Amino acid sequence: MSAAVFARIHQALAVAAGEPVIAHGILVLQIEPAALASTVRALKEQFGFDMFLDVTAVDWPDRIPRFDVVHHFYSTTAHVRVRLKTRVGIDDPVVDSLVPLYGAARYMERECHEMYGIVFRGNPDLRPLLLYEGFVGHPLRKDYPKQREQPLVPYRDPPQ
Amino acid sequence: MTTTRKPVSERSAAFEYLTTKKDELVGWARKFSLFPYPFVTACCGMEFMSVSSTPYDTDRFGAALPRFTPRQSDLLMVVGTISHKQAPVLKRVYEQMCEPKWVMAFGVCATSGGFYQNYAALPGIDKIIPVDIYIPGCPPRPEMVIDGIMRLQERIAGQRHPIINQDF
Amino acid sequence: MSGPLRELPNPIRPAFTESSVPDSVIVSIGPSHPATHGTIQIIAELSGERVLRTDVHCGYLHRGFEKECEAHTWHTLIPYTDRLNYCSGLINNFAYCEAVEKLMEIQITPRCKYLRTLLTEYSRIADHLTCIAAGLMELGAMTPFLYLMTLRDYIYEHLAALTGARLTYSYGRVGGLACDLPAGWLTRLEEILVQMDTFVDRVHGLLDRNRIFIDRMRDIGVLSTADAINWGFTGPILRSTGAPRDLRKDTPYLAYAELDFEVPVGIKGDNYDRYYVRMRELDESRHMIRQLVEMLEPGPINVDDRRCTLPPKNLVYTEIESLINHFKLIMDGPQVPPGEVYSAQEGPNGELGFYLVSVGGGVPWKVHVRAPSFVHMGGVHLMLDGYQLADVVPTFGSVNMIGGECDR
Repeated sequence: MSAAVFARIHQALAVAAGEPVIAHGILVLQIEPAALASTVRALKEQFGFDMFLDVTAVDWPDRIPRFDVVHHFYSTTAHVRVRLKTRVGIDDPVVDSLVPLYGAARYMERECHEMYGIVFRGNPDLRPLLLYEGFVGHPLRKDYPKQREQPLVPYRDPPQ
Repeated sequence: MTTTRKPVSERSAAFEYLTTKKDELVGWARKFSLFPYPFVTACCGMEFMSVSSTPYDTDRFGAALPRFTPRQSDLLMVVGTISHKQAPVLKRVYEQMCEPKWVMAFGVCATSGGFYQNYAALPGIDKIIPVDIYIPGCPPRPEMVIDGIMRLQERIAGQRHPIINQDF
Repeated sequence: MSGPLRELPNPIRPAFTESSVPDSVIVSIGPSHPATHGTIQIIAELSGERVLRTDVHCGYLHRGFEKECEAHTWHTLIPYTDRLNYCSGLINNFAYCEAVEKLMEIQITPRCKYLRTLLTEYSRIADHLTCIAAGLMELGAMTPFLYLMTLRDYIYEHLAALTGARLTYSYGRVGGLACDLPAGWLTRLEEILVQMDTFVDRVHGLLDRNRIFIDRMRDIGVLSTADAINWGFTGPILRSTGAPRDLRKDTPYLAYAELDFEVPVGIKGDNYDRYYVRMRELDESRHMIRQLVEMLEPGPINVDDRRCTLPPKNLVYTEIESLINHFKLIMDGPQVPPGEVYSAQEGPNGELGFYLVSVGGGVPWKVHVRAPSFVHMGGVHLMLDGYQLADVVPTFGSVNMIGGECDR
């Protein structure tokens, strides 16, 4: 049954999406950043993907464009999931925000922004969420060393 | 301006005997009436809940009544990982406590950062506040926590308790 | 130690600092607050006792889970997964291991499947007990807290007999489990389930029709199904609004397709419904565990695949191939083929998903957790705004925000 759903989705979105891939039970669509908002709107309104699960990014430092922004959606009626992947580069890491469509996008886009530096155009609130004010850099990028600490409270002298 | 204690040659034996007995009495009273401030953040909090309940029960040691305000507590139990974001909060809470106060680092994350050696976790709370007792474990078994409380009580019993001035 | 109180930096930037109506007060609830579990800060604008708007800040327990995972092998990062939703550590282990097994295209053995399902339900019981007990204690009901903590302690000791640890088990392995059940474990399991009947009945008797409890929980923190789905709520919160969505029924995994159980749903989506859905889920979990004990058959618990399963110790000490296999698995980690996978299970809070990216080799390229508590923090303001200040405590308790999962 999920194969039928996936076939319908791909047929409808064939222009925007590239070759569909079914990876471990999830339809994966590779799309251009400019087509993101319209594709998601189609998924939500035509195909019933009413739950926005997750947005994150994957950093490929040796590739141009560098980041893969990955969105996951779930349909509570058809019980299937879809993954959307878009590629953005380091010099223009901007994608459209899904806040107008899903409330859940607010916090998840904030986290993706502070961890990777992806800018979500249209999200009114991109303050740090898991990190703190004054943190410089984007820690989940591969070029951020894991142990570089930025303490807020200066360390005291070691205990005697 | 802080006053210092009189040098040994000027102290009288009778006064010192009185001070020792006073310290024992006050130490006994303080060690059996600890008011913890459970600064609970993470997984160790589950073991803190277990150690406060049956069958491990910290009430036997006098350390059961938590006070969720630093103004009324004397034992700061830092339970769980402290991240760099939480560090100013911890420091503020510590500074708001009145003397005498003791700090317990509950779990390895509070002791040394645990196995989170990265940009986010503070590598041990003794980087920002002085600690009196470290309880290792991830999370520590309740028996280990009770052992830690008992050692802290021994420490409190054996330390000086100046109640009027530096000498007495 | 003495000296002027030094200015400490403020780690957050509040969304609002000015009052929107005359005579309103802006307070900060948390982060070091028992009701917010020590790691959430709620900046609330209050008009008298009414909450006008809130700004929820998480991240005070951010421990860098994803960055740590990129520096460990697929096996050595399992202890980090325990500490995500630490109230139900086994579920995180199994959800992660299942994701890696999908990438490696491994089928677990039947005994492992039934055992994982049994332990998943057992962990779900422990998590719901913790949530209900802590929530009730914050309302002032100390007795149910002590009853449920005693019960939870029996479960912890019982799991310590199996896995070696009370809370952070690290029991799941890619392709199986760490070890099999010790003798007498299932007998003790039945004893605990019988005791659970007694304790849970007492809590029902104390609270279900208690006037004070109903006044504090009914019609407080109401959430509609449409809002819940739009804001990403899953798990007991979504079910309390009336939507019978449960991944164990909708997209069955492990042994759930073979089990007979119901999905309890609420009516209004308020605090009382969330409490009652969790209590009913305790009953369903107990029923499932009893069925699974009947379905357990003797057999191996680890799949016979040298890519991920450690060889038996007697072979490691006598054969060179097993020695090298063991060495490579420990030092380099299981070699996972390149690819990516998103695998989700029904955790006690909702959809717990793992998104793994592998480039081949023993070290992951990316391990991302879709944490239900984090998504719920994005939408909790819907349940807080417009109610009283004192309602923040039971509402927040009924959302069951677990810091390790929310902040990762």
